[in-house]
Formats: sequence, structure tokens, C-alpha cells
Amino acid sequence: MKRNKKSALIYIVWGYIIWSLVPVIIAVIYSFNDGRSRTVWQGFSLRWWFTDPYASVFHNPETRNAISNSLILAFATLLVVTPLGITLAIGSQRIRGRGSHVVQGLTSAPLITPEIVVGAALLITFTRLFTAVPLGFAAQLLGNVTFSLASVVVIVRARLVSIGSSFEEAARDLGATRWQALRYVLLPMLWPSVMASLVVVFATVIDDFVITSFLSSGVNSETVPLRIYSSVKGGATPALNALATLLVLASFTVLIIGLFGLSTWRKRHGERGGLRAALADVTQMEN
Amino acid sequence: MLFAIPFYAVACVAFGTLDPIFRDAIPQWNPLAWDFTQARQIFASLATGPLRGVAVRTVLYVACAMAICFLIGFPIAYFLARHAGKRKLLLLVLIIVPFWVNYLMRMLAWVNLLSNDGLFTRFMRIFGVNYNWLDGSPITVVLGLVYGYIPFLILPLYATLERLDWRLIDAARDLGANSRQAFRLVTVPMSKAGLVAAGILIALPMFGDYYTNDLLSRSPSTEMIGNQIEFFLNASTQPQNGAVLVIALSMFLLLLMSFYLRSTRQQTRQTAR
Repeated sequence: MKRNKKSALIYIVWGYIIWSLVPVIIAVIYSFNDGRSRTVWQGFSLRWWFTDPYASVFHNPETRNAISNSLILAFATLLVVTPLGITLAIGSQRIRGRGSHVVQGLTSAPLITPEIVVGAALLITFTRLFTAVPLGFAAQLLGNVTFSLASVVVIVRARLVSIGSSFEEAARDLGATRWQALRYVLLPMLWPSVMASLVVVFATVIDDFVITSFLSSGVNSETVPLRIYSSVKGGATPALNALATLLVLASFTVLIIGLFGLSTWRKRHGERGGLRAALADVTQMEN
Repeated sequence: MLFAIPFYAVACVAFGTLDPIFRDAIPQWNPLAWDFTQARQIFASLATGPLRGVAVRTVLYVACAMAICFLIGFPIAYFLARHAGKRKLLLLVLIIVPFWVNYLMRMLAWVNLLSNDGLFTRFMRIFGVNYNWLDGSPITVVLGLVYGYIPFLILPLYATLERLDWRLIDAARDLGANSRQAFRLVTVPMSKAGLVAAGILIALPMFGDYYTNDLLSRSPSTEMIGNQIEFFLNASTQPQNGAVLVIALSMFLLLLMSFYLRSTRQQTRQTAR
């Protein structure tokens, strides 16, 4: 009886996995279609990836523009948000007593606020209040910083909690100044959480559609997700599938590099956990 | 601060006045002089007027999608937490993968499959089902929401069930409960806080969703509140209406969020014990 129930459950699990992955795999396969259709297979070709001199992903000026916009936005956000997030996490960790609950609530609220609310609010802010910030790259950068800051703070703070204050106190006892204890003891120990937040922020920003779309100013600030969104509606060629595949490849490359880096770091520093702990870092699950 | 100022700006536009000629919004920066006529009109319209359909539809679609998500997601999370055994890591990785596949890519995949000569449409024709999936079909929109947000439900559910003390269930069985009773009287009450939190975690973005709807249906007959906000702010000359709707939506979601914070706090208290 129990065996039966278990095997019924495993069919659901595999059914779900197939249902969640196969459509995407089919979409990837059709990016190699020889015809103009995204739905009827007409043989294998690389024309939508490289060969076609105008319409392929790597030659079409509009998609190239979108790819470079996406990358610039992602790296710029990383540059701003990482130091800011680490500082905020360390700072908020130092607040003791009643204030700490308030700060914790305030930093986790953005994590669960729907993007449309943030996007709409920022759009109104930049068009009515801070009109000095033009829509387009500047506004998109600020918007993505606002939205992804919370995840950096949460990841780094989790690490701070697990480190505790004893290492810093030991350093202070041995004669380090406050700054030295922070710089030479605490910061190096934060490294895995920094790596995890780099991965998470990069993936969030490069995939972000709603905020980037609300704050865009037309073609010159069009990112890859915006390009995909606007071309799904028209009769696009398999180059669209290729572009979406590139986006997926980008986030998985970063994820795999991050996981690899995290587990080697852990191994070298004698922390247990390996791949599973690295996975937990990146998916923000406390296991 | 980054968060408070934008919301103040929304309120100022929502409760500001209208330019008499261009009908454009003039923000009112002084909260004492806020004018609520326009806001009242929109709220009335949401309750009884033309926007009522949109509001009812939003709640209905999200409720259906949530129900399906739990029906599929709970058994999976339960299996992973209890019976997965040696293959747990593999299954976990496969379930996390969609998390990292771009949302638009996953919607694009379905647009391809469901279009008129798409694989799925052709497959269904074999069984005599000739349905126009992408032409304002509520079924497609609800299933699209399910497909889009279910990964975000399974992981937190799994985390909750993983933390449960399964010895308590064995104890219930030893004390004479059958498996269904043990499930209903022990498993569900113990994981309730986590279930609520996970449910709200996907309800929040679903209520604000407009792109799933826009990609899979594009018809006014399936519009949700997010579509209205996007329309008023980006495509119309009445951003004030959009601002009022943002406030209405945020107020509603704030309610859900306070539930969420309460149940996560409950959960941490439970595990701390």
C-alpha cells in the first residue's frame, strides 16, 4: 500500500519536471530551425544564430544593441549594489535592540513587493519628482539597484549571523583596531556571501523585465527581455528563440561559475557542505 | 529611503488634481491639500463600476492558479522532503532549473507550442480538440500563471516540510491514527504557517502580473488589474488613474504581506522551540 503511494508520487514529480522543462527545450531546439517558422520544423541550420548576415542574433543590429544594453546594465548594477549592500548588511547587523526588527522588516519588504508596484512607483518618481534622472539607462540602473539591494543585504546578513561576533572580538583583543578587524577578519570571511549575491544580482538584473520596461526610454535603452517581449507579439523568426536561449545561457553560465567558485572556496577553507551548501547560498534557502 | 520616496510620489500624483485642458495629472506635493475626488471615482469603479470586472477577474484567476499550484506543488514538495532518498539532490537540481530560466523564455516556449500550427495545438487536434489557445482564453491565462509561478511555490514548501519533525507523525501512527488522519491532524497543522507563507509568496507577484496575460491572451476579456496599471501609466494620457490603481493594489497586497510576515514569524518561533 505504502509502496503504491510512493510510486504514484514519483510519477507526479517526474511529470512535473518534464512539464516544466520540455517546452523550454523545444524552444531551444527550434532556434536551429532552417525555416522562418518557430513552430514547424524544416531542418537544421545555424542561420538564426550566425549565418544569416542580417537576421541572425549575432548580426542583427537591434539584437546586438539589446545584448550590449543588458550586459552594461547588469555589470553597472553589480558595481553599485554590491558595496552598498555589504555596507548596509554590516551596518544593520550592528543595530541592537528594538531598531533591529524595524530595519529587518524594511530590508525584506522589497523582496516580496511585486515588481509592478516598484516599477510604477519609480516611473512616477522619475517623471514627476526627480526629473533630473532621465528615463533610460540612468533610471533603469537606479531601479535595478533599488530592487536587488534587498537580496544582497539578506544574503550577506545571513552569513554575518552564522559567523557571529567572536572572530572580530578576538582580533580586537589581539590589538587590531576596529577598522583592521573589519578589513582583515570580517570581510574575507564574507566572501562566499559576496559571491552568492553577485550571482543572484546578475541573474535578477539580466532577466528583469518589469522594472527595466517601465523605466526604459525606447530603443536605445532596450534590453534583451524587452526585445523578446516586444517581438513575441509580432511574427518573429527563430532568431527570437536564439536570443531567449542566449539569455538562459547567460544566467546558467554565471550560476555554474558561482557554484563552482563557492564550493572550491568552501573546500579550501575547510567548511563543510560542498555543492549542496553552495546551492543553498544561491537559492537563498536556509537548509 | 529608496523605497519610501517613490510611494510618496505615487500618492502625490494619485491625490493631485487634473490639468483642465490636457487632463494630465498635476502632482500635489502637500499632503494637507490632497484631493481625493479622482481616487474616490476609481475606487467606486472598482467596487461597482466598469473596473469591477477586472477586479473580480484578477481575484478569480489568482485563486484558480493558486489552487492548481498547491495541488501540483504540495505532493512534489512532500515527496522531496520525505521519500526522495538517494536521488534527492538530482531531483532538487531539476526542480530548481526553471527558477533560473528566464520567465519570458518560459512564456515564449508556450506561445510557440500553443500557436495555431504549434506542436501542442496540432497534438490536441489528434484528439479532436480544436481550440484557439492564444485568443483570450481564460484557461490559457490561468495555466500560464501556474506554469510561471509554481517553481517559486515548490521551493519554500519543500523548505518548510524538510524542517518538520517526522517523528511526531510516526508517533501519531503508533498511537493509532491512520495515514490520512496523521496527515490531516499532524502534518497540515504543523506546516500551516509555512504553507500560508509560501502561498502568499506567489500570490503577491500573481496579483501584479500583466505580462503573462499580455503574452498569452492579449484580449481585453481576460485583463487583470496589472494590465490596467500598465495601460494607464504607459499607454494612456491618464497616469493619475494608474497611480490610484497602484495605491489600491498596494493596499490590498499590504494586507497579504502582513499575513506573510506574521506567519514567517510564527514559523521561526516554531522551529526555535
